[in-house]
Amino acid sequence: FKLFSGGLNYTILYILHVCSVISRFTPEILRKGIHGDTMTENGCEYRERVLTMDTMNPNVKRVEYAVRGPIVQRAVQIERELKMGIKKPFTEVIRANIGDCHAMGQKPITFFRQVLALCSYPDLLEDGKFPEDAKSRARRILQACGGGSLGAYSTSQGIEMIRQDIARYIERRDGGITCDPDNIYLSTGASDAIVTMLKLLVSGEGMSRTGVMISIPQYPLYSATLAELGAVQISYYLDEDNCWSLDISELRRALQEAKKHCSPRALCIINPGNPTGQVQSRQCIEGVIRFAAAEKLFLMADEVYQDNVYADGCKFHSFKKVLFEMGLEYSEKVELASFHSTSKCYMGECGFRGGYMEVVNLDPEVKVQLTKLVSVRLCPPVPGQALLDVVVNPPQPDEPSYDTFIKERTDTLATLAEKANMTQEILNQVPGIKCNPVQGAMYTFPRIHLPPKAILEAKKEQTPDMFYCMKLLEETGICLVPGSGFGQRDGTYHFRMTILPPKEKLKIVLAKIKEFHQHFMAQYS
Amino acid sequence: MCRVYYTPLPRGGKVLTVDTMNANVKKVDYAVRGPIVQRAVQIEKELKEGVKKPFEEVIKANIGDAHAMGQRPITFFRQVMALCTYPQLLDDNKFPEDAKNRARRILQSCGGNSIGAYTTSQGIECVRHDVANYIQRRDGGIPSDPDNIYLTTGASDGIVTILKLLTAGEGRTRTGVMISIPQYPLYSASIAELGAVQVNYYLNEEKCWSLDISELQRSLQAAREHCNPRVLCIINPGNPTGQVQSRQCIEDVIQFAAKENLFLMADEVYQDNVYAEGCEFHSFKKVLFEMGPEYSSKVELVSFHSTSKCYMGECGFRGGYMEVINMDPEVKAQLTKLVSVRLCPPAPGQALMDLVVNSPKPGEPSYQTFMMERTAILSALAEKAKLTEEILNTVPGIRCNPVQGAMYSFPCITLPERAINEAKAKGQAPDMFYCMKLLEETGICLVPGSGFGQREGTYHFRMTILPPTDKLKILLNKLKEFHQKFTQQYS
Repeated sequence: FKLFSGGLNYTILYILHVCSVISRFTPEILRKGIHGDTMTENGCEYRERVLTMDTMNPNVKRVEYAVRGPIVQRAVQIERELKMGIKKPFTEVIRANIGDCHAMGQKPITFFRQVLALCSYPDLLEDGKFPEDAKSRARRILQACGGGSLGAYSTSQGIEMIRQDIARYIERRDGGITCDPDNIYLSTGASDAIVTMLKLLVSGEGMSRTGVMISIPQYPLYSATLAELGAVQISYYLDEDNCWSLDISELRRALQEAKKHCSPRALCIINPGNPTGQVQSRQCIEGVIRFAAAEKLFLMADEVYQDNVYADGCKFHSFKKVLFEMGLEYSEKVELASFHSTSKCYMGECGFRGGYMEVVNLDPEVKVQLTKLVSVRLCPPVPGQALLDVVVNPPQPDEPSYDTFIKERTDTLATLAEKANMTQEILNQVPGIKCNPVQGAMYTFPRIHLPPKAILEAKKEQTPDMFYCMKLLEETGICLVPGSGFGQRDGTYHFRMTILPPKEKLKIVLAKIKEFHQHFMAQYS
Repeated sequence: MCRVYYTPLPRGGKVLTVDTMNANVKKVDYAVRGPIVQRAVQIEKELKEGVKKPFEEVIKANIGDAHAMGQRPITFFRQVMALCTYPQLLDDNKFPEDAKNRARRILQSCGGNSIGAYTTSQGIECVRHDVANYIQRRDGGIPSDPDNIYLTTGASDGIVTILKLLTAGEGRTRTGVMISIPQYPLYSASIAELGAVQVNYYLNEEKCWSLDISELQRSLQAAREHCNPRVLCIINPGNPTGQVQSRQCIEDVIQFAAKENLFLMADEVYQDNVYAEGCEFHSFKKVLFEMGPEYSSKVELVSFHSTSKCYMGECGFRGGYMEVINMDPEVKAQLTKLVSVRLCPPAPGQALMDLVVNSPKPGEPSYQTFMMERTAILSALAEKAKLTEEILNTVPGIRCNPVQGAMYSFPCITLPERAINEAKAKGQAPDMFYCMKLLEETGICLVPGSGFGQREGTYHFRMTILPPTDKLKILLNKLKEFHQKFTQQYS
């Protein structure tokens, strides 16, 4: 550049030079982070870690999952302390926080475990101790597996024969309405399929970001997944005064509000409900379907508790069935995904991670994308797939295992119904606790009235119901999940407790809660 | 007369379409189960329906599925699994004591003594202890903390979880993930799904697919222009290439990661599949700690293992684990929280993993049978690795590097100009064109190299070495025949 304009140009050049030097270092600063310094365990030097709270995925930080959250971590700690001999006002921790039947003493269905054992170790097919019906199912499953082994990968959508069996089960359940096996996707528990569908649905930015409608209260897989995916959670309140029923007017309100700041695309409903246990009426389900059709919402129906229906007058109506009985105007139009699992109902086989979803009216191109997406994880666990097959293909009246099977199934479901009733009765005797009927599922979600003094003390550090539950845990060993983990109307407090402990133990648990609540009320009045 | 019209739904009529769906998901590709496999499945259906073809069966040499290709499960493992599944069998004297002991031990750590209970999200504690002990034994005594072990739904699950934690930033600060070319496409697929930036480093085909630090350097420098490279993934033994990295190389990679502040992910699922003389598996953890505190207290490392490969081949159980080293404690709490949302990995897979790390010992009743089965499987694989390399190298136009480990060969194929042009005219990758023709003419299903990544202008395919030896020989000869015919046809 010319000397005559050199002064200005030189300044500009100098500034540019400084900027380029800075920009060469900036990535360094970004890379190392400002807060990355930590001492090593042996205290010898500062290190800047690559992966810190500041550099990690911010969405993951927003994820919360109360069912295994802080209160459970404290419960585990207490269990360790008990083992070490530390004295406490109780001798054991009762984990009434999670819907885990077997952990609470429920027995597996004999037939299911026989078939699975045969599949795992086919030499047992020669063993005279196993009934023929178990053997024939095992042979059939193994024939559908690569190399006749449960250890082979299956197709990503799940073993074809099992999908066919599921389709037939759905047809029987839904009074003959056709089910296409190609619309069935086996999954690693229902959670897996729910996350997959939500993933597909999440797109857009800002005002066009996907909004997903979910009940308050809800099972926190939904809120956790929406946080992780960076989607917008649209809460619709269930009506506590009307047994946790769903009002279309409330859906409408939530939707209108949401349209101002996101693009609502999906409506999730859990029926029978978790944590609330309500079993939606047929009328209500029709209303939801009409609403979804009118407002162009993708319906996700979480039906994992479909066999857990206890209250008189209540009945499980699958969304698929109701949809098709509403005629072509709806059944050809509404996009629906229904979810089921081996973890609940009368099976309680949580550890096997068996599940499936049925997709209805899914855009064919999207379906191709779905199939592609699930292929990356290869396949769901094959033992879980096999288990699902026996669930939808249980012993028939003319088969050797039928009587035992029916007895075990009936006993399990009847016991749950008894415990549901008992829980509701006992809790409703406690002044300050109001418990809606446990119509279905495996939980009670009672409302607890907390004295203002307690609320004030809690708010220093915790939600009031967490404060309550923590005290309950420390004083009685009973582990519940505070309602704040599921969502609730502002200013109301709840806890979720499972109805799973054996009856005698459940009575004791409920009596202890009663005692604790009265003591708590007295202490904080 | 009344006619009812069923108007097809306009695409705009659906809520969920390719236009409204997750854009990242559209970018995902997973060749191992991609279009060629879909065609193979179609052909199988056609064969079943009696459609005449130049072959009687489809040979699925596309996926590392040992059992599907006839490999038998380890007897001991399946005995214990049966005992865990149906504990009444504990009274059956057909089962050996060592199997029963392990089953009892596993069941005792399960809720309600049932593998149907949820486990803790990190995985059954006694299994994690056993895994830690296994790692310690494997790595010459270097301690392993069970609290750093996370059981997972196959190794894939753990890999995706860690990549998820690492993905942050936007634009120039978006996380860059270094991965080998060629690579196992779980990595590219996950990176695409998470919207992270894939940073390719090329393995050296001329030198048996080895890793050059200078290439890592080049790749990193280039990447820093447009993203924030945070993590370096390495698959050892390699997939699809089968190379077993030398100890020196592993040390160099660790030094590089330390110097350049990269989080290391070591995918070691093929750790028992080492065949070539002079090759040995060195775990990243072991080498890291043998390099002294300057590295072992600094480098963040996650190592992955699985029940799907090695001599077990138990893919369907989805068993796996990862060991996290030097992870920030707060991030670790986030990791534990994240995995809790999915409750737990499959309990049968966890039980199986326990047996893998706690297999029969000398003196135990099942020891001999176990060792016999294990040895037979691994030596058969070693034979087939060699056979594959030898036969393929007799074909003009096919050049196959030694299959040092893992379960695949990834030979370089020379394609005639005319074939390349015809493929490109069809909008197909030339090696996909080649593999499709191979499938249609011989029933052999392989995966084109384009599904794994390769240097521009080179073509490969990945073939498993898993079919039984006799079938493998036939397969290789058919391949040879096809290649010669193809070369002739397109010259």
